[in-house]
Formats: sequence, structure tokens, C-alpha cells
Amino acid sequence: MDVVIGLEIHVQLLTRTKLFCSCRADYFAAPPNTLTCPVCLGLPGALPVLNKKAVELALRVALALGAEVQEVSQFDRKNYFYPDLPKGYQITQRAVPLARGGALTFRLAGQERTVRVRELHLEEDAGKLIHTERGTLIDFNRCGVPLVEIVTEPDLRSPQEAREFLRALRTLLRHLRVSTADMEKGELRCDANISVSVDGRPGTKTEIKNLNSFKAVERALQAAAEHQRALLSRGERVEQVTFGWDEGREELLLQRTKEEAHDYRYFPDPDLVPLVVDAMWLAQVQAAMPEPPWEREARWIRAFGLNPSEAEALLVDPVRADYFEEVARAVPNPKAAAGWVLAELGQYWTGDEPPLPAADLVALIRAVEEGRITRPQAKEILEKAVLERTSVPVLLSAAGGVVRDEEALRALAEEVLRENPQAVADYRAGRTQALGFLVGQALRKAQGRADPKRLAHVLQTLLSGG
Amino acid sequence: MAKVEALAGLRLTPEEREQLRADLAKILAYFQKLQEVNTEGVTPFSPLPGQTNALREDEPGPSLPQEEALRNAPESEGGYFRVPPLFSA
Repeated sequence: MDVVIGLEIHVQLLTRTKLFCSCRADYFAAPPNTLTCPVCLGLPGALPVLNKKAVELALRVALALGAEVQEVSQFDRKNYFYPDLPKGYQITQRAVPLARGGALTFRLAGQERTVRVRELHLEEDAGKLIHTERGTLIDFNRCGVPLVEIVTEPDLRSPQEAREFLRALRTLLRHLRVSTADMEKGELRCDANISVSVDGRPGTKTEIKNLNSFKAVERALQAAAEHQRALLSRGERVEQVTFGWDEGREELLLQRTKEEAHDYRYFPDPDLVPLVVDAMWLAQVQAAMPEPPWEREARWIRAFGLNPSEAEALLVDPVRADYFEEVARAVPNPKAAAGWVLAELGQYWTGDEPPLPAADLVALIRAVEEGRITRPQAKEILEKAVLERTSVPVLLSAAGGVVRDEEALRALAEEVLRENPQAVADYRAGRTQALGFLVGQALRKAQGRADPKRLAHVLQTLLSGG
Repeated sequence: MAKVEALAGLRLTPEEREQLRADLAKILAYFQKLQEVNTEGVTPFSPLPGQTNALREDEPGPSLPQEEALRNAPESEGGYFRVPPLFSA
């Protein structure tokens, strides 16, 4: 039995205003119904006017995916009766979407996979509903916020693949600066279609709506695939149904059994003139396009010697990627910078912003590379700098230096040898791992302020009678 | 008629239904006339012929105050519009 999955992804665009009116689009913390106007409330006589920036951000996505931008597209009304939509219809692009085709390539367990895009179009978001016992409460702040909808071909072959595709798409959207694409905040939402086919015969599609986390995408698709397999192996038919997903209980919730009342009666919106994207406009959008993550990755691997998994980890968040880039350019060993950004600094990087200015991390890495401080010292300084908000140069000058003096190192080594006769005897008896123990003892005495490699060398020289 | 009612979220009395059925029949008959027009070579739809790209810069403007937005609502609560429960428990 083969699994076939296609996704419909809604992405909120990073515009300042809504798609068809000048109400602010940053509704996240706004009190209910404070970002509305006659247009987004659907009051009689109000007319929509298209936001140019929303078109340009959607075009950026289309170009990055290699989609074919339609020179003339139009807006249609999708009619349905539900209280989250005060006009009684949603403005979307049905007959001619903004762009068609394109593809996204990503990695799954080291393998490259490519998923084709069917189309990409602009539409408006709906209001938010809160269901209470006394009634349904409605906040229209989100109503009219610009969305780009990306519809894939049914090219995905497993729930894990769907999850990884979505991750790769999120990375792309963030790098293009078209969306913050946070699934928890509903900035990136996903509906999925899945069918299980037997012996190559196409199966029946099941739809799962409102998947709001990567885990939900994977788990809900697994559950739907299992459900279909169970039906098929009992010789039963799969019905064309729509499910919701209960994220807490990890259960599919049946929403609609039949194609009941799903007649959207699409027709062209007479309030909106056609959208024409000519070559010149497209060239302007292309010129303003940030570097897509795959180009950045290739460049980092080529120029900085990173491995693909390091590059991928740094690319998840464009702020981190930019930060790494800044540090890597300023230090002698860019590959080492990846480790510092991901591991040492990564443990403190919990918010959106970097926990330490890039220049400070550069100063720290340089001090290590030039042998002025040891790695353990550097980690201590880093911790202080981040937690106590002290600048790295100040901490560096207070740190003292590494014990570099040959005489001092030799005195230290002799002391350690004197105090650890057993280890010395072990080493001379051929158990060379005793050297590691002796180096550790010496480092402890030096409070980390000695280079372990040079210490080992001095110890070895003394042990072999030098 | 039942389907149109369901799509529009309406619940009609038998009298209203008959009245609307008669009205809709008249409207449909009226629009039938359009079928007689020869539309060979005419663009299927164009809201304002020759006009394209009525665009707006992404500059925020004022929104309605909350009280104003809610003023026509039959019911509201805590700044929200309120409608009868969508899901009956």
C-alpha cells in the first residue's frame, strides 16, 4: 500500500496592512475588533483596494519556487455562510491564480526530495471565533489579513516527508522575509490530503484541516493512513471525508461525511480589476529578493567548509544565519564559528534575538584561536558575558592569560608527576591513557588556564626522562 | 430551493419559500434574455474594461474604534461580536 499526500499551506504575509484595506495587520496582541473598517467588516458600499506589498511578497515566493507568474490574474469570490466572514464570501484567486507550477527540493534522511507546486494564490484571512456556551464570539481583527496559499501536487510519500517539506518551506519563507511563519501563532497553517492506494490503484482522498504544528502534520497523517489501511484491509471502502485534528488527544475528528453544502459558487469579484504583473515589475521583485537558503547553504559549504547538517541547523532561522555569517567573515576559521554559534552560544539562544553581539563572539573566538585563552576559559567568559551582560573584551582583559611560559608549564608538570606516582608508574608500564589523567590534574591546578596540548607535550617529555 | 436556503443559511416558512421561488423564477427568466446575445469573441469578464492594477501602498490608516465597529451588532460581549452558538452541545 502506497501513501500519497498533498498539502495546502496558508502563509500570513509580513505586510503592515491588510490585503484590501489600510487596517493594520499585526493583530496578534490587539484588543478584539480594534483593527477593522467598513471594508474588512463587509459593510455595504465599501470597496477593496489591493495591497501592492502583499502582491510583491507573494511574487517573491513564486519566483523562489520557480513558479510561472501569470501575467494577468484576477480575484474571485468564494461564497460561504459562516460568521468568521462578514461579507458572506472570501476574496481569493480561483480561475487564474498569481502563479502556477514550481517546486521545492529538500532533504529527508540525507536524500534529496522534490515536491512540485501546483499553484500559488493570494487570498484574505477570516476572523477568529471563540465558542462559548452563551454564543459564538467573533473578533474580526484577523479578517482581511493577507495570505498566500501554496498548493502542492500529491508528491509526498510519507507523513515524515510532509513534515520535512513543511519545515523546508518555513525556512524558505523566513529567509525570503515574507513571513515569520510561526505555526504556533497560526502564521503558517496546513491542510493535508491523503490517500492510501493498493496495487497502484488510486485510493480515496481524506482531508485533514487545520494542522497547526509540525508534529500535528506528521501524527495526523499517520493516523489517517492507519485508518485507511485498516478499512482497506477489511475490504471496506474509504469515504471521502474531512477530519479535524485534536492535538492534545492525538485523534482525528470527523467533520463532514458528505460533500454537504459545499458549493462555493465562485465568480469574479466585480469590485477588483485584473492584476497585471509585467516583466518590469517582476524584475524589480527579483532584484529585491533575499538570498534563498539553498544558495546560502551551497556558498557556506564551498567557502566556509561547513557540512550540510551544520548549514541546515544555522539556516532554520534567518536571524541566526545572518549572525553566523557576520561572525564567520571576521574570524580566521569560519567552520569553528559554526560550532560556537550552534553549540556554545546556541544553549543561551532561546528568544528571537541573539544573546550576545556578534562582535563579542568574534573577539572571544579570536582570543581562543590566537592562544590567548583556553576553550574552557572561553566558555566561562561566554557564560558571564551572556548572563551578566558584560562585554567580552572587558572579561578578556580581566581573565589573565594562559600559562604559556615554558618554565611555568614545566614546574606545573613536575608538581603533578610528584603528586601522582601511581599514574606515572602506570604510564611507564605502558598504560598510556594515564597521560590523559595527568593532563587533567595539571589543567585543574592551572584552573583551565593552560593549553592541554602543550601540557601533554611537556608531561610526555618529562615522563620519557627529558 | 432547499439547497439555496442551506447555502444562504436561511430558514424559511412555506409562504416565504413560495414567494421567493416565484421571485427567483422571474429573475432567472429575465437573465435568460442574456443568452440571446451573441458573445462570440467577447472577453468573459472585465469589471472595468481596460483598467488594471488598482493598487495601494502598504501604509496603515485609521481603523474604527471598537464601539463604532460593534455599533450595528445585535449582540456583543467584551469587545466581541456575539452570535448564537454554532455548535450545540
